[in-house]
Amino acid sequence: MILTIASGKGGTGKTTVAVNLARLACERGMHVHFCDCDVEEPNAHLFLHPDLTMRRTVQLPLPVVDQDECDHCGACADICQFNAIAALPRQTVVFPELCHSCSGCWLVCPRQAIDQGLRTLGVVESGHSSSLAFTRGLLEVGETQVPPVIEAVKETPGAVDLVIRDAPPGATCPTVASLSGSDFVLLVTEPTPFGLHDLKVAITLVRDLGLPFAVTINRDGSGDDRVRDYCRDENVKLLPGLPFSRDAAELISRGQLLIDHAPDLRHALDQLLDAVLANQEVKSS
Amino acid sequence: MKELIVCSGKGGTGKTSVAAALAALALQDTPAVLADCDVDAADLHLVVPPLRTEEFPFTGGHLAVIDPEVCAACGQCYELCRFDAIARVEGPEGPSYRVDPLHCEGCGVCVHFCPTEAIAFPRAVNGVWFRSDTAGQTLFHARLTPGQENSGKLVTLVREKAREEARDTGAQLMLVDGPPGIGCPTTAAITGSDLVLAVTEPGVSGWHDLERLIKLTRHFDVPLAVCINKADINPDFSARIEQECRQRRVPLVGRIPFDQAITLAQLQGCSVVEMEPGPAAEALHDVWKQTLKLLTEDTE
Repeated sequence: MILTIASGKGGTGKTTVAVNLARLACERGMHVHFCDCDVEEPNAHLFLHPDLTMRRTVQLPLPVVDQDECDHCGACADICQFNAIAALPRQTVVFPELCHSCSGCWLVCPRQAIDQGLRTLGVVESGHSSSLAFTRGLLEVGETQVPPVIEAVKETPGAVDLVIRDAPPGATCPTVASLSGSDFVLLVTEPTPFGLHDLKVAITLVRDLGLPFAVTINRDGSGDDRVRDYCRDENVKLLPGLPFSRDAAELISRGQLLIDHAPDLRHALDQLLDAVLANQEVKSS
Repeated sequence: MKELIVCSGKGGTGKTSVAAALAALALQDTPAVLADCDVDAADLHLVVPPLRTEEFPFTGGHLAVIDPEVCAACGQCYELCRFDAIARVEGPEGPSYRVDPLHCEGCGVCVHFCPTEAIAFPRAVNGVWFRSDTAGQTLFHARLTPGQENSGKLVTLVREKAREEARDTGAQLMLVDGPPGIGCPTTAAITGSDLVLAVTEPGVSGWHDLERLIKLTRHFDVPLAVCINKADINPDFSARIEQECRQRRVPLVGRIPFDQAITLAQLQGCSVVEMEPGPAAEALHDVWKQTLKLLTEDTE
């Protein structure tokens, strides 16, 4: 089962839920692979302390113009939808940060004057944290092409009982890349106007992708009932949440797992894991 | 005119609450234009409520569409697409092909190389942008259709519209609520601005993400200042962040204590400085003063 933990709004507790559920599932004897898909700002390793023993770079092809061969006809600039290549009268210039590596320019060039170079988008690192398999992606600072790094993270897990993906916030390409191929999506929100507004965006997206999902409310009790009311009115499945606790905020700030230090939150997370797994069993039976 | 971008690296550190507070404080000091560049989760309008809103479509790019009547099912598009956006559907009479709009990047390679010219390339509406009048300020914001491409382009558009408005009205400040992360939307939001104000929180995640944001602002050569939100949640870590910032010569413009009033303000649809005086509101007055000082020092 591939379980993806996502949210529209940032900072709702995605990583907190993901790392604690992963460790709980391990304690229950499941083979779990954790994938940190928030490659812009990955944080799960700060809580799970994996020993990262494998590392590979993620690269994409980038046009390299042979200026001697090029006659500056402009066919490459015409096909490029991203303004990543400009044919000036005496030089053809590539802007790597705008390039999507679509291959249009080197396919279209009538003189085969464009070679494929490589640009490095980031790295994917894997290892273990006791019995938990762990992979994370790390976007190179200044890079803008995020989805290929996420795809490389997603490719890593072998056969396990449970893959847990920690998705980036938002609802654009990086989130779509993290969600695609999931068996179940758990949307983490908070009981506030921002939480609800961004939850609606996330629900639209998972529905568009046709993925089964449910919602859990983190810091329950810190706001009001608007998320609960919305889920009831819209027939959105609500799974057990986590109560608001300042202690939890302090534990998280120190990089500690709630299941190890806060018995009441461990109980809540146990119930949440039960509910997620039961949901999957209902689906597959 | 000065452009101030409120960013965070990590999401949920209180970026929008801080931006809303600074917007309310700016009302008393300096004419400002507001922009919400967190286009996939735009929340500023929830705490700086619009009184009147105009809506415009955002056409960010193109989308490939295969005409099944003309398609010869040769599979060329399927072979060429580097984004796995062409779906191959096996049928009794052989395969057919269609475009998956959620994966299409709008590169046009399939359109160009289709031997039967079966692929149209219409402009795609990727979202809407808004120009809103709030009490005393104009707010530019947007809503990207969930799952759409071109968030960076929409960020750039919202910034440009706000910049034009500031120029036309002679506003002294453009205050931008930025996106989380350090990818395409953040890059589009911060490049060429006068100051990035990073809102962080004391803890392993907050610091880890701030460190990457510091590197990003260095990469694009944009000045940065930091304020620590919920500073008393972990005072030791707050002290560490302060020290790390000092070492990197990043100015610290304030420490905001954990205060339920920030959530209460959000529930009431306003900023915390518009509520009864309290610890967070008081700290934010200071953040505003320090930030304004940095912005004006820069001119001299």
